[in-house]
Amino acid sequence: MITRKQWTTVSEFLIETVIRICGISAIIFVLGIFFFVFREGAGFLFSKWEPIKFFFSTEWYPTSVSNKRYGILAIIAGTASVTVIAMTIAVPFGLGAAIFISEFCTGKLKEILKILIEFLAAIPSVVWGFIGLMVMNPLIIDIFNVPIGLTALNGGIILSLMAIPIIVSIGEDSLKAVPDSYREAAIALGITKWQMVYRVLMPAAKNGLLAAVLLGVGRAVGETMAVLLATGHAVQIPGSPLDSVRTLTATIAAELGEAPVGSDHYQVLFVIGIFLFTITFVINLTAYLIVKGIRVQKGES
Amino acid sequence: MFQETPYIRHKLRVEKSAKTVFLLMTVLIIIPLIMIVTYMVYKASPVLSMDFLLTKPTNGMRQGGIWPALLGTLYLVLMSLCIAAPVGVMAAIYLNEYAKDNWLTRTVNLAVINLAGVPSIVHALFGLGAFVIFAGIGRSILAAALTLAVMTLPVIITSTKESLSAVPMSFREACWNVGATKWQTIRGIVLPNSVSGMLTGFILEVSRAAGETAPIMFTGAVFYKAIAEGDVFAYGLLDQCMALSMHLFTISTQVPNVPEALPYGTAVVLLSTVLAVNAISIGLRVYIRSRKKW
Amino acid sequence: MNKFQTLITTTCLVAGLSTGCGRKADSSAEANGGKPVIQNSGSDTMVNLAQRWAEVYATVDSGASIEVSGGGSGTGIAALINGTTDIANCSRAMKEEEIQKAKTNTGKDPKEYIMGYDALAVYVHKDSPLESITIEQLAGIYGEGGTITKWSQLGVEVPGCDSDEIIRVSRQSSSGTFAYFREAVLGKKRDYKLGSRDMHGSKEVVELIMHTPCAIGYSGMGYATPDVKMLKVAKTEGATAYEPSVQNTLDKTYPIARPLYMYTLGEPEGPVKTFLDWCLAEAGQKIVSETGYVALPKE
Repeated sequence: MITRKQWTTVSEFLIETVIRICGISAIIFVLGIFFFVFREGAGFLFSKWEPIKFFFSTEWYPTSVSNKRYGILAIIAGTASVTVIAMTIAVPFGLGAAIFISEFCTGKLKEILKILIEFLAAIPSVVWGFIGLMVMNPLIIDIFNVPIGLTALNGGIILSLMAIPIIVSIGEDSLKAVPDSYREAAIALGITKWQMVYRVLMPAAKNGLLAAVLLGVGRAVGETMAVLLATGHAVQIPGSPLDSVRTLTATIAAELGEAPVGSDHYQVLFVIGIFLFTITFVINLTAYLIVKGIRVQKGES
Repeated sequence: MFQETPYIRHKLRVEKSAKTVFLLMTVLIIIPLIMIVTYMVYKASPVLSMDFLLTKPTNGMRQGGIWPALLGTLYLVLMSLCIAAPVGVMAAIYLNEYAKDNWLTRTVNLAVINLAGVPSIVHALFGLGAFVIFAGIGRSILAAALTLAVMTLPVIITSTKESLSAVPMSFREACWNVGATKWQTIRGIVLPNSVSGMLTGFILEVSRAAGETAPIMFTGAVFYKAIAEGDVFAYGLLDQCMALSMHLFTISTQVPNVPEALPYGTAVVLLSTVLAVNAISIGLRVYIRSRKKW
Repeated sequence: MNKFQTLITTTCLVAGLSTGCGRKADSSAEANGGKPVIQNSGSDTMVNLAQRWAEVYATVDSGASIEVSGGGSGTGIAALINGTTDIANCSRAMKEEEIQKAKTNTGKDPKEYIMGYDALAVYVHKDSPLESITIEQLAGIYGEGGTITKWSQLGVEVPGCDSDEIIRVSRQSSSGTFAYFREAVLGKKRDYKLGSRDMHGSKEVVELIMHTPCAIGYSGMGYATPDVKMLKVAKTEGATAYEPSVQNTLDKTYPIARPLYMYTLGEPEGPVKTFLDWCLAEAGQKIVSETGYVALPKE
């Protein structure tokens, strides 16, 4: 017979083991993602991959009959252009809104604005893409008098609206994290709120704000469905925001279904996946280290 | 008593314009949201009805409703929640109750942040490589739900951890003092006191999983599947299914001559599901805060 | 005993939701168990046809439920090679190497069925004055190194297209439509010029052209809408240009028309055979015409 005491010990041990395993599940999954994406792409990566051609050629002919070429420079340029446009809009607006919500309004208004921003964050990316395709496309054609509205600008605007909620919420958090004593001291000196924001809060929260922007960039680089539908999907280095572009994510989404499993084309798409994973990993790591840096500083003071 | 010097006047002017600019920026973010939602509802109004939700698409997906897609999304979301919830809650318990501040914990935290930041299309590659091909599940609801679960795990971990850490330390100490073990304390005291916070996390997971397209595109969502109307058990675990997000994508890119209202209707159903779920989670959060006992 | 209960409760707490859902999923598998599922995937050109077949078939023979996914001919063939689909829809014939791969992978010969024909129409905006085009001109527009970039080079002025630039609309690189157009227009070895808008679906091509006066694109003739115009196509300069139509396709006078295939692994049997027979019989062929493709000629 097992006694109650033994039961407790055994069950406690079992539960704790399960909890510990689940606890590190996040690590397992991140490694798993890297491993499995790498595993599918490895065949190409180690035998036929020519990094120079891969990164510096604009020729993307994955299904050519006579001469298959895998150059992603134009596609990287596409991702970069869309991200830059998105950030040009999202950073000022996101930080502005974060400052407004955190410093210039209180009570009910603050709550309502925060909820609306949260709603903005909840809109699914395929719906954003649909908006780009059906709403923004004719608008851009009319406004800029261009032949086609599925452009880097279209994708950039859509992405900025998707990145803004992240920038607002993280930015607001980091402003909130500035001790109130700073604010009190500043106001005691007789300066206005704007001066306080500009001279006191922004320097004090600068790391947090930087992290907010970085996470916004991460979102923009990794977004798939919205850019697949809204950017026009053309392999070319864009000359202006009104050119169609194709992004790394959209390339995978559009072509993966069609590439026979195990073929070069299929493996190249996984190599692009590894590349994307690396980019976002670096961005997130940097943001994490920046935020952690803040905590350490605060711990000391 | 208080003299307005030119400097102060200038200062106040700047203050006022700064405030206006920030207000404008905020309003300019909010306005598109409201405009888009109104416009979409307006465009979708011809088709929105109970029938739209509950009937099959007919006439080559140019007429009829979205029932198979709605049901498919429900399956995917519930399945992914069932997988992600236990793992996520356990992970949060570990991070909040067991983990010491050492390199392992820091790595876990970093991994959680990273998992949330991995692009959805990379999750799709992972799902395809790991579940569909390596594990041999094949394209199916199960594989798609697993992929979604991995993707939404950080949502559950983060919100559960937050609600666990809101339970005061004194509660735990009181429980340990009467001789309860660590796990007994967690089960008896910590979890019951943070149940509503955990629910918020689950609801957010549902909202996130319902909206995703890329991860299910290659792991289990199909263009079309004929299922019986009104049969909620129409899909099997290893079948593929239709999904709302995928349906919106296909009818707006692949089916010719679709009346405009149909994709708008699908988008509105998807959008309102996600927003309603979010509203519930926000309401719950407000409710928890209002009746917090400590 | 109390402790035992505790353990039970905790296990339930942990796995409560999942077992609940698991049970539900199991029962649903059973509910579906009696009904065989036919997996059908592949060509985007055929996906609407296949969808319509599946939809109508569900009303005549509820004995089988059909899953239709698109993605392109490549997807269907890949799935056939991996043995993960029952029927692969293809808007091009399987290549010899693909047939070999399927054989070595599954030990069965892919069996080919021609289900109907599709004429690949060249679309322009409905206001365009252009009426016909030659294959050479198309090659000049789409081919790598081709020199035709302006509408004026084709001798027309397109109203609403101030820039005069020809906007090339194409398809993503492994769709059967993309491959067939390349073969029929550019020849086997030549590649497309980069920088075309590569749309994800045949419908997106037509939709884009509808909104874009400057655009030219190709798509199955089943995708025509009243808002776009299909050009007549001539084989060479001076030859008669034929419009894409049922008659011209069956006569083989329209130069860019192709058969639509379905492939199965080995001789089909059971529900798959019943389904294929139904598709090839009158009821199925009627749907081919209804969806804008060309039905097989009646014997």
